[in-house]
Amino acid sequence: MSRTSVALNRFGYGISHGAHAPEDPLRYLLAQFDAYEPAPAALSGRANNTAKPGEILEMIRRFRRQRATQAGDGGQSMVDQMAEASGADPLNGLPPELRQSYMRAGQVLRQDVALRTNIAITSDTPMLERMVHFWSNHFSVSAQKPGTHYQVADHEFFAIRPHVLGRFSDMLKAAVLHPAMLLYLDQFQSIGPGSQFMQMRARRRQRNGGGSDVGGGPRGLNENLAREILELHTLGVGGGYSQNDVTEFACTLTGWTIQGIDRLERFSQPQANGAAFIDVAHEPGNRRIMGTSYSDNGAGQALAVLDDLAAHPSTARFVATKLARHFAGDVPPENLVSRLEGDFMRTRGDLASLTRTLIEAPEVWASEPVKFRQPFEWLVSVLRLTGVGNLGAARISGALNEIGQVPWRAPSPAGYDDLAGSWAGPDALFRRVELAERVARNAPADDIMARAEAAFPGALSDNTRSWLSRAESGSQALGLLLVSPEMMRR
Amino acid sequence: MTFTFDRRAILGGSLALGTASLALPRMAFAKGVGQKNLLFVLLRGAADGMAMLAPVGDPGLAELRRASLAEYDGARRADGFFAIHPALDHIGNAYGAGEALFVHATATSYRERSHFDGQNMLETGAEAPYAKSDGWLNRLVAMMAEGAGETAPKALAIAPTMPLALRGAAPASSYAPSALPQASDAFMDRVGLLYGADPELGGLWSRALETQAMAADNGLRNLRDAQAAGELAASLMRGDDGARIAMLELGGWDTHANQLGAFRRNANQLDTLLGAYRTAMGPGWADTMVVVVTEFGRTARFNGTNGTDHGTASAALLMGGAVKGGRVLADWPGLGQSDLHEGRDLRPTIALESVLAGGIAEHLALDPASALARLFPGRPGNPASGIMRG
Repeated sequence: MSRTSVALNRFGYGISHGAHAPEDPLRYLLAQFDAYEPAPAALSGRANNTAKPGEILEMIRRFRRQRATQAGDGGQSMVDQMAEASGADPLNGLPPELRQSYMRAGQVLRQDVALRTNIAITSDTPMLERMVHFWSNHFSVSAQKPGTHYQVADHEFFAIRPHVLGRFSDMLKAAVLHPAMLLYLDQFQSIGPGSQFMQMRARRRQRNGGGSDVGGGPRGLNENLAREILELHTLGVGGGYSQNDVTEFACTLTGWTIQGIDRLERFSQPQANGAAFIDVAHEPGNRRIMGTSYSDNGAGQALAVLDDLAAHPSTARFVATKLARHFAGDVPPENLVSRLEGDFMRTRGDLASLTRTLIEAPEVWASEPVKFRQPFEWLVSVLRLTGVGNLGAARISGALNEIGQVPWRAPSPAGYDDLAGSWAGPDALFRRVELAERVARNAPADDIMARAEAAFPGALSDNTRSWLSRAESGSQALGLLLVSPEMMRR
Repeated sequence: MTFTFDRRAILGGSLALGTASLALPRMAFAKGVGQKNLLFVLLRGAADGMAMLAPVGDPGLAELRRASLAEYDGARRADGFFAIHPALDHIGNAYGAGEALFVHATATSYRERSHFDGQNMLETGAEAPYAKSDGWLNRLVAMMAEGAGETAPKALAIAPTMPLALRGAAPASSYAPSALPQASDAFMDRVGLLYGADPELGGLWSRALETQAMAADNGLRNLRDAQAAGELAASLMRGDDGARIAMLELGGWDTHANQLGAFRRNANQLDTLLGAYRTAMGPGWADTMVVVVTEFGRTARFNGTNGTDHGTASAALLMGGAVKGGRVLADWPGLGQSDLHEGRDLRPTIALESVLAGGIAEHLALDPASALARLFPGRPGNPASGIMRG
């Protein structure tokens, strides 16, 4: 690959239809720092969905209570069904009101997926869009549980995008305390065992003769978010924390929840990011995590822990490794990891500086392709190259679903895997070929040879060039270009 | 070589271009289009005319294409000299009913061998590739509107995007059904070739194909799609509100290797489509003309992989109740080494533009000379005549 092709394809999402290859690859990348739009105009028309998860959860609560009174089964089966929605028709058997609400949520999600995709397709700063998606995947949230469908895009748009050239600590705090994450990793229902709320509840229960709460509800501490922050977002597994640290950290996080939970509304302190802090659910007391003490100052206690985690050498190492893997190959070169790690520590997690270090790293300019393109980046590159714009939300989501990678639907909190082995499969390839043929039939197919040269300047193989020139139609040539080895790897 | 076949003997009547100008010109400008229909089918990839309509009466064929001869055992003959490819069953029946006319050894004035340039010329009707930005079919729509003194007749591409032939100033629309026949098999073959030099992708690809082969019969799906596409085209062209001009494209004709199977597959698809279209047009078939053409032909001789490479002259098919069919229009150039164009391709003896302009002018009651000049400007010669009935 030529340096120009690396700048376009390894750093970015490929050339845009009608654009010329940059003359100076380095300047092309550095100019993107100034041109980057944290809040593109396309986002301004988006509805505010802050209240939606609370509404849905309250609706579920209401139905659970109804059913519990009617059938005496505690309503748990219905909640399980909704929480683990999967199978032929997961919405089957739900009350119509809830069913409709779920379908609306699905529509919102599809529109947001299209919005994200279209921003990337039309972006003049594709390297930084790639960084947005990298960090969004690092702090992966997945639309699975009730309410998350409305918030996962919000998470990327408002917790990730603004910090892509900012500080890791700021992004960390914004990302893990965002309603989407609080919902996804169960934090919204984690309650300090010694909190005022639990004490009130115990007293109420005694008055009621010791029976269990009607309709279930949160029962206390939930460690899920605390553990994943340590394991997936900051230190990494083996990064030096113990089970006790997880529990202590989980205690500091108690009280962080979402807005719109009726029975707690009067205690709720709405936060700027759409979350809420409820002091009466917070576990009181000082905590000790990895040798450091944190005094209890309510919402700020978790923030202090997050700041320290962001500055920890294990975090530097972990983040450096992931970045190097994304840009320099599945087995990241140790030298590059070390430089990124050093840069992270020296600059206290300045992400603009880390991005510059990547741009200056010879390992990232290797002349052979180092990565197999994931489905999302392949589709974005395909749509940029073909100039197919304004695809409807249903078609974009459908295509991404077909090729196996829908944004904000990662199967685990670890996000989508960044290894070729997870993506380079026979069926996955076949699906891309089928989609490429369809896209090519719907796109202008003039001048394919010139467009191929522009897309991979100095990097188009003789083999590909020869098969493109021998194609029986412009449309077939375009289809072949879209699945060429040059398009599949970067 | 002592082959002395009298090629004039096989001409269908007085239809060779040399005699075309003797027929009375029909100056019927303002008759109006009425219910006349024109379906233009473009075979992309250079369809092999010598496979479509094999010159089995030419002793040179056996030397050039021995492997293909068995294909035509018992096949329907056309004018004694030619055999219609056995997969063209409905088309053969139409030929028998006097509703299909083949034109052989025909080509546009393009003499290079690039698909892209050849298709560009065939669609724009220009004298050179990329010399015009609108298509001749679009100019035809404009001509029809002028001739009839009315608004332009409806023109429609049954394709996801507007093909070049229909692009231009006159109004035309495109409609893409989900069931358009896919050129998938051809595309899949090409992908396999593209990945031949890439061990990782090549390996993944062959495993994917094995799985696919076990899972489904793509051929069947494509035929169902072809049937549906033919019915769809008819449904869009029937009745007063229907499109008078429509265009369809079929790919997959670039048969460089193992041509017999690939051609059979494609021919079957084309035949299924046109058979379904003919049936579904019902009474409208009597006023219909279907034109099937390709950008250029293929080498006369089979290559080392039992395929054919890019050539020059090919065959064309005109079909419909309005076509004076049951004939082959040809000025057969012969298959001897010195007969071949540049020693390798079937030599073109009939200008495709003349046949298109002449036939369409007769069908739509336009002035043939104006049609040739507007649709294919700068072409020498006269428009062909006597293509249509009446």
